Amino acid sequence: MNENEYERELRVRKIKDGTVIDHIPAGKALAVMKILGLTGKEGNTISIVMNVGSKKLGKKDVLKIEKKELRSKEVNAIALIAPSATINIIRDYKVVRKYKVRVPKEITKVIHCSNPACITNYREPTIPKFKVIKTNPLILKCMYCGRYTLEDDVIKQFEVSTA
Amino acid sequence: MGLKGRDVITLEDFSVNEILKILDTARDMEKLLLKKRKMDLLEGYILATLFFEPSTRTRLSFESAMYRLGGSVIGFSSAEGTSVQKGESLADTIRTVEKYSDIIVLRHPRMGAARLAAEVAEIPIINAGDGSGHHPTQTLLDLYTIRKARGTLEKLNIGLLGDLKYGRTVHSLSLVLSKFNKKLYLISPEMLKMPQEIIHELNEKGVETIETSDLEAVLPELDVLYVTRIQKERFPDIQEYERVKGTYKITPELLDRAKDTLIIMHPLPRVDEIDYRVDRTRHAIYFEQVQNGVVVRMALLALILGVIE
Repeated sequence: MNENEYERELRVRKIKDGTVIDHIPAGKALAVMKILGLTGKEGNTISIVMNVGSKKLGKKDVLKIEKKELRSKEVNAIALIAPSATINIIRDYKVVRKYKVRVPKEITKVIHCSNPACITNYREPTIPKFKVIKTNPLILKCMYCGRYTLEDDVIKQFEVSTA
Repeated sequence: MGLKGRDVITLEDFSVNEILKILDTARDMEKLLLKKRKMDLLEGYILATLFFEPSTRTRLSFESAMYRLGGSVIGFSSAEGTSVQKGESLADTIRTVEKYSDIIVLRHPRMGAARLAAEVAEIPIINAGDGSGHHPTQTLLDLYTIRKARGTLEKLNIGLLGDLKYGRTVHSLSLVLSKFNKKLYLISPEMLKMPQEIIHELNEKGVETIETSDLEAVLPELDVLYVTRIQKERFPDIQEYERVKGTYKITPELLDRAKDTLIIMHPLPRVDEIDYRVDRTRHAIYFEQVQNGVVVRMALLALILGVIE
């Protein structure tokens, strides 16, 4: 093993079972974790690799979640901020399934409505729900107040909380 | 086509035929009301009016409609003195009140409040205004008024004037008008333009939107002019309000340029946007609008509670 390979091995070692989220735009791995609701308190090993070289993206982040297979429904919400991400499901060191994230038609839970007057921003037993009006740039329509939440608002929500 | 048990959150949820059914029923109610001041169609039914924000016309016309149909009314006209002040959520208030009543009319300052209420309630919810959101029964009575005055809802040049940013009546009205008209004049100060999401939706529905701040320029083309108040209470910054208040004032002199058949509407209350002298002109039908509010709400209550089909 030469030095480069050793370094590579150290950073992005293969996992036995779980999910690898690859091709996350550089610097967005923490926001992706936040969208997936991963806090690190779950107990399983999570490896975050940030700003590694990528042929496709120049630089990218990679997230490895051991002993947990994420279903496409759970991960599609990350397409909001990481549309280039690919999901690899690993069993016994082998990729058994590989797919790209897709922006879902509806988003629940993950995003807050950017309208401060919206009922979902108050103490009520309700989960924010959005219809995806458009992607690239993203436009979400709140299913309660009807107002738009734009891509910049979405990114801001995750930047602030992970800073 | 059943309206029984339906929630009325925004008219966007209703088809053209359903809207016309409500308007036709309102016309029947108007005729019945001429013969008999009180009916027994809703005898034994209870309407709850939950008004977390002040209202004169909407609440009183709902109550009047319910009494005219022989039903009863419970409710409150401000959150003061209720459990809401103790910190109760809207969801819990709704779950409680639905045990006391057959139908709920809700006005709330937060946008989307009626949608939330409809999700938690088993009984029908009628939205009587959710902040700067929707006000579907105002829209129904506006449609009823236009159709009564002009004989149709189609192919009319309709102008919406004033506060198009915060005014919920114009938001609801413009979206519903898109079902009948493919052109809409939106006249407002630059600062109070129609929100982009509504413009986007109107354009998606194939409506040509003409946005301008110059009323005089477009006035001669209009068949209907819908005037709204610039709402001081919705401005986050009072200085912004000071800058735009009194931008438009409809006077008899201004109306010299208008078509003879132009009708002027206003959801009321007005402040100074329509000169009192206009009230006596053939154009003014805003007090007729008020009267139409009762028959439209009678129709809606009877259809949703399923006593007529």
